[in-house]
Amino acid sequence: MNALGSLLLVLLLAGLGFAGGQVAGLRPLFGVVVPYAAFVIFLLGVSHRVVLWARAPVPFRIPTTCGQQRSLSWIKPSRLENPSSTLGVVGRMALEVGLFRSLFRNTRTELREGPRLGYGEAKLLWVAALAFHWAFLLVILRHLRFFLEPVPAVVAALASVDSFFEIGTPGLYATDIVLAGALGYLLLRRLLSPQARYLSLFGDYFALFLLLGLAASGILMRYAVRIDTVAVKQLALGLVTLSPVVPGEVGPLFFSHLFLLSVLGAYCPFSKLMHMGGVFLSPTRNLANTSRMKRHVNPWNYPVDVHTYAQWEDAFRDKLKAAGLPLEKE
Amino acid sequence: MAEEVAKPEDLAQVDYRPPAKDWRDPAVEFRKGVFCYSAAPKHLQYLGLPNPRPWHPSDADWKLPADWKRIILEGMKERLDRFRSFRLFMDICVRCGACADKCHFYIGSGDPKNMPVMRAELMRSVYRRYFTPAGRILGPLAGGRELTEDVIKEWFYYFYQCTECRRCSVFCPFGIDTAEVTMMGRELLNLVGCNINWILEPVANCQRTGNHLGIQPHAFKDAIDFLVDELAEITGVRVEAPINRKGAEILYVIPSAETFGTPHYYTLLGTLLLFHAIGLDYTLSAYASEGGNFGLFTSHEMMKRLNAKIYAEARRLGVKWILGGECGHMWRVVHQYMDTMNGPADFLEEPVSPVTGTRFPHARSTKMVHICEFTADLIHNGRLRLDPRRNDHWVATFHDSCNPARSMGLIEEPRFILRSVCRRFHEMPENTIKERTFCCGSGAGLGTDENFEMRMRGGFPRANAVKHVRDRFGVNLVACVCAIDKATLPPLLEYWVPGMHVAGVHELLGNALVVEGENERSTDLRGEPTGAAGASAGPQPEGARE
Amino acid sequence: MNDRGLILGGLLLFVGLITLPVWYNVAAGTPSRPPELKLPAQGKDPFGTAEYMRASHMSLLVAWRDEVVRGGERTVVGRDGKTYAKSLTRTCMDCHSSRAEFCDRCHGYTSARVSCWDCHADRRLAEGSAR
Repeated sequence: MNALGSLLLVLLLAGLGFAGGQVAGLRPLFGVVVPYAAFVIFLLGVSHRVVLWARAPVPFRIPTTCGQQRSLSWIKPSRLENPSSTLGVVGRMALEVGLFRSLFRNTRTELREGPRLGYGEAKLLWVAALAFHWAFLLVILRHLRFFLEPVPAVVAALASVDSFFEIGTPGLYATDIVLAGALGYLLLRRLLSPQARYLSLFGDYFALFLLLGLAASGILMRYAVRIDTVAVKQLALGLVTLSPVVPGEVGPLFFSHLFLLSVLGAYCPFSKLMHMGGVFLSPTRNLANTSRMKRHVNPWNYPVDVHTYAQWEDAFRDKLKAAGLPLEKE
Repeated sequence: MAEEVAKPEDLAQVDYRPPAKDWRDPAVEFRKGVFCYSAAPKHLQYLGLPNPRPWHPSDADWKLPADWKRIILEGMKERLDRFRSFRLFMDICVRCGACADKCHFYIGSGDPKNMPVMRAELMRSVYRRYFTPAGRILGPLAGGRELTEDVIKEWFYYFYQCTECRRCSVFCPFGIDTAEVTMMGRELLNLVGCNINWILEPVANCQRTGNHLGIQPHAFKDAIDFLVDELAEITGVRVEAPINRKGAEILYVIPSAETFGTPHYYTLLGTLLLFHAIGLDYTLSAYASEGGNFGLFTSHEMMKRLNAKIYAEARRLGVKWILGGECGHMWRVVHQYMDTMNGPADFLEEPVSPVTGTRFPHARSTKMVHICEFTADLIHNGRLRLDPRRNDHWVATFHDSCNPARSMGLIEEPRFILRSVCRRFHEMPENTIKERTFCCGSGAGLGTDENFEMRMRGGFPRANAVKHVRDRFGVNLVACVCAIDKATLPPLLEYWVPGMHVAGVHELLGNALVVEGENERSTDLRGEPTGAAGASAGPQPEGARE
Repeated sequence: MNDRGLILGGLLLFVGLITLPVWYNVAAGTPSRPPELKLPAQGKDPFGTAEYMRASHMSLLVAWRDEVVRGGERTVVGRDGKTYAKSLTRTCMDCHSSRAEFCDRCHGYTSARVSCWDCHADRRLAEGSAR
């Protein structure tokens, strides 16, 4: 089963990282070599895929229009849902990328007695997806405290806002709760909905379990199994200043965390996680609906066999003549 | 046909529980009523398409060319390099499933492979196996699937069970458009000769005669003459309907069904009456006698071949600009493809309404204006005398056709016209109109009788919304701006919501239009008593509420 | 339409953002040395090993606070058998005498907020400014 298999694989990977952190001789591998390799794969892989997309042309202007077009001056056009200007496209894309506009439209179709089709509200997927992505971004930004020295005030401010409620010591981060909760919902949804279970692939569960593993190990390190954060920062700074320091005792859980992150980074270019870059390039969203206003050029527009008027007139000459229709050639 | 088809109450028992069987198993059953028949070899031969042969989808042997696998994979490679949409949509789907219950075929059939995500996954699994490093190495673990003959059959089944309506793409967080995937799937199937007759016969007709129905020029002229006579009989006004006239200001391009089919025909009556009323200097063409384009349902190349006639004819006749009639997929082609494929139309002028002087800057490059845009401008400027009471026998609703709604944004223009010519107009529920409109279930070349059950299933959400407004408001007429709708909504509604009528927007306009020199009109363009003369005689259901 | 420049620009921007720490630290001239602490002359680690204290001193302090404030248990017997007052500003800072040169070094380094001084006055700081 896809879900079980990917769970086992993620547990195995986490265990591998854990073991690697416990053996002094393996620490250079798990603390330095693997993260570097993963980062290089991530950067090159993502770039390669984006270049592949960029190299394929957009032969036709095919936006999905979700509102009134700009036509007659007295009909109000829908500037964001059916943009006809670059500004409108930027607005539409900002809504898509930042607020998941299209997913917000989600409904649940229900077939009731009658038969009667109903379209109910179904915003939970949107809520969970938005919560997960924004929480993940904030968590990543918070982690900059390990990668930057001196730590910029904005990163410190972010952390203090995030732990605003000052629950426990160290203060509980709201994003940790949101991240774990949203991931949990996304996983349960896949497991409990028969349709979602039917269409889910190994990779769908694998990505979720990887992220859950990352989140779980991170939360554990902060609130339960504490680690030496100074040593972690030493390692992180060493990596990003290209003068890696082989870490001493940091705590094996940290190596699980680091290894899962490395796997996630290296896995990204080969997986659906590339939607991160792809969402910007979708021709149904990032083009203005100016198809009749401005000519869109297709770089491979090759000539085709057309049944010309002359051929047509030749084929039907007698009938055209009999019907009294005008001819080019008598 | 009727006795072979399940009853509506049985068809409405849709089981949405997916089967236990893994979806990677491609086996499909070609059951009577849910698929379209193969194209006759003579059409492929005429069009120069590969692998013409007699075959049938329910055959075990599809007589594919010996190197079919190479052809498909090379065809995929070529298209991945040519269409960013294709490559991107293969890569970025996260299978969130938001699209699943947005597809009319899934809602009507419960077949999980009709969920748009799965329809694309049928292609994606092959893409992963042959075009991505993970899929090549890890195979099924990375979501890859071997390309087998059974996969080709599965593709045929499901890519000819998608009407390219783009509803799923409205809801997709990445804008993944299943229509793009289906178009690629059909192009690939065409490379190995797996195509359907209901598409390729019209394509061959259109290539040869200029229109899908295969109407030859003299018959086209006869049909128009007949129409002019009939219009004179109903209204007492004899209109001019020139064909292939050089030097006209405007070329008017219609879906050819308007010359013969009902209720399309009444739309053309209304339109020609309108042109007469405003004294439009226009011509029809027997060469470019088709605005529709079943090439769109075949391949980009075929779409271009058929579409080329419109600009060529506009140039030959020396018109200033082009006006296009009520047709859904025609406007997908005109709006999003024509200029790119067969332009630039630099021999034409930026469209200007000769009646109101209104410029149409949104069409300044393509130089083609939708009849609803044109007419809405006329009404807005008070250039038409309208008597909406003549439509009082109708309680109308408006069915947005997929392509004008989701590939253009023609939403308010037809509504403005309808509200001006019809006193009783009610919208269907919000989730079934405008950009969320449901397909008739028979678009993209699937409107054939042998596919009847699947059409009824696919059209179920639309019909169900019509039923809602019939029961609530007493709606008895579905107005639309699409020739395929006009052909396929009547049987669909007869099946699910008996007693409903279907009309083009310009038919209702023609009813309401007061023309100089006309008789006292006792009937509408259909020859039925008009609302003004006999509101009580009209097909007004019980309990109609305003 | 050629949007390749735009896409590659976006990609470069992404790569730039992802590698931001590299450029930031180069610009800031960040040393790879860990923070240097001013340690007491003779240390006995009466409340736990250095490893434990590094990772979990905040738990110990919070536990002390709760025990003192809620339970009235004001003293603790250290690992060295001596009895100590549960006091940050006295017991801890008797040896780790400089907040700036001890606490703040690591807390600043990892940007970990300290809430001790929200209530406690840093006695030595106050005395220093009084002089």
